[in-house]
Amino acid sequence: MKICFKILALCCAVTMTMTMMTVAFAAAPKGEIKVGAVFPMTGPSATFGQESVNGIKMGLATINKAGIKGQALKVIFEDDKGEPVEAANAVRKLINIDKVVTLLGSVASSNTLAAAPIAQEAKIPLITPASTNEKVTMAGDYISRTCFTDDFQGVVMAKFAFESLKKTRAAIIVDNSSDYSKGLSKVFREKFTALGGTIVGKSEYAYQQKDTDFRSLLQKIKRENPDVIWLPGYYTEAGLILKQAREMGMNLPFLGGDGWDSATLQKLAGPEGIKGNYISSHFSSEDKDPMVQNFVKEYTKLYKQAPGAMAALGYDVIFVLADALKRAKTFGPEDIKMAINSTTNFQGITGNITIDKNRNAQKSAVVLETTANGFAFKQKVAP
Amino acid sequence: MSDQVAYFFQDLGQYLINGIAQGSIYALVALGYTMVYGIIRLINFAHGEFYMVGAFVGLFLIQAHLPFIIALPCAMLGSGLLAVTVERLVYRPIRKAGKIQALITALGVSLLLQYLGQNLLGADPRPFPDALENKTYMMGPLMISKIQLIIIVTTVILMGALRYLVMYTKIGKAMRATSYNLEAAELMGIDTNKIISFTFFVGAALAGAAGVLVGMYYNTVEPMMGMIPGLKAFVAAVLGGIGVIPGAVLGGLVLGVAENLVIGFWVSTYRDAIAFAILIIILLIRPAGLLGRNTREKV
Repeated sequence: MKICFKILALCCAVTMTMTMMTVAFAAAPKGEIKVGAVFPMTGPSATFGQESVNGIKMGLATINKAGIKGQALKVIFEDDKGEPVEAANAVRKLINIDKVVTLLGSVASSNTLAAAPIAQEAKIPLITPASTNEKVTMAGDYISRTCFTDDFQGVVMAKFAFESLKKTRAAIIVDNSSDYSKGLSKVFREKFTALGGTIVGKSEYAYQQKDTDFRSLLQKIKRENPDVIWLPGYYTEAGLILKQAREMGMNLPFLGGDGWDSATLQKLAGPEGIKGNYISSHFSSEDKDPMVQNFVKEYTKLYKQAPGAMAALGYDVIFVLADALKRAKTFGPEDIKMAINSTTNFQGITGNITIDKNRNAQKSAVVLETTANGFAFKQKVAP
Repeated sequence: MSDQVAYFFQDLGQYLINGIAQGSIYALVALGYTMVYGIIRLINFAHGEFYMVGAFVGLFLIQAHLPFIIALPCAMLGSGLLAVTVERLVYRPIRKAGKIQALITALGVSLLLQYLGQNLLGADPRPFPDALENKTYMMGPLMISKIQLIIIVTTVILMGALRYLVMYTKIGKAMRATSYNLEAAELMGIDTNKIISFTFFVGAALAGAAGVLVGMYYNTVEPMMGMIPGLKAFVAAVLGGIGVIPGAVLGGLVLGVAENLVIGFWVSTYRDAIAFAILIIILLIRPAGLLGRNTREKV
């Protein structure tokens, strides 16, 4: 027993020494600001992660041409696979091993919610470009975002359904494994009923991520006779739901949030499924603003595909960070945090970004129509 | 009130149709689990990946404009060959090492294939081109889509073929003998290694067929797609009595129908909870599964 303990103690000592050595060697060389980025590069929301990273890399190239106060910005990318546990692990690794001074990420709110408390505790600022769930920035003063929140998105779509589409009976299908989806469905329910609409069905219509068969669920909803369906999920399942619904003869409009904003949605839903639905999002590549058009042109040239909302958000977040770094007194996490939180009227391609006192961005949203040829710009809604 | 009763029966019928279509898929995958378990007592967790590979082979062939009727057997062949290779390279060398070792290795193969697939093919779900014009037929108030019919018909044909193969052919007899007693079968001059390879081939081919059908049914194919159906099919195989061929079919159908009824008549989020509760209850009452006997009859 005693020998066992000694061996154990020895092992611990060796491991600790090794960890310390790694840390010592990993300390940043002069002239480099290390930033960590956590995005889903694989898994069900992979296109979102890949687009975000593309946007960040494109912005990074421009920023590093001039540098920030003589230093280069270095971004270390980690894959969270779209899973909260992986996001938490990646953030721990970036903070403890890579010693980053700021974190960017992730896309899905569930993942950012898992990462935020860790960043807060380590006092490393974290900016999320795309997580819209309310709770994300409540983790503490080191957590901020450069996108709008679900409150705003849910309200925009509830108003759009009731006022622009003149629909009064809505059904809600929620992705039960996503904080994002649950947040959006709650806001929509409140706003839509406040406007005078009815939410049909006694119980919630819910599914889980990675489900593929929705026919029985849709049959149940069909029985309640809604005239519009609020489906605030991600494109992987939303695409399949649209296809199956149309096959079952459900031709009513489905409404979604920015979670639908991926080119994969069209492919999964098919030409029939995609027609006549609406989403709210951060950015439209059809926006006539010259800054946006310039971004679209360069992005398309570089990556051979049109940018989605996540690419635009990724591009904006790295510039918001660069802007904050320029204003920060030092490159210590504390000063960077203060600079990020005092961002006002930053001209981004997804709108004018002002970080408010709750560290959320105040900015406009766009409503897009889904068509077989992509997302068509419908209207712009200011906060 | 009478309206509501009519609606109830209509919905019930619709859920049953959906459930049978989904259950057929589970059944096809479950057959491979049960056959492999029956013959070498290995729970082959990589089986869901054979299903995924079948779906991808089918996808590529249909993208190359081959008709469904050719793509399906080719996909089955692809999955089957992969399974034979895995068996030869991985399972055979460790067959004598013990059950736990084999089980862990199977998990390893499963993860290897998943992540290899993700690296080679990308994580993004791919749509399945419409190989067949999809129509919906009305049977009174009930809807059945062409693809649901194809799933059910293909499943019935494949199961008939399997039954014939196992019960009425020489190689089927050898499979049964090997499963009954491997050593004795070897002493009787049966090349058991060959028979085991063949069993892997047939089981994986059925899973590959299920993969193609699912790809067409849901219009999505991705490297991780084998994980959950693989798990469900494993449950189906245990439910029916693992090692018993008709049991796998029955287990698959029971699971598919139960899931759809829970979604339809109760809260959809209880789907998996109820499905697994059914499994537990059946195993408490009949530990060997629905059709399992406590005597050692296998394959």
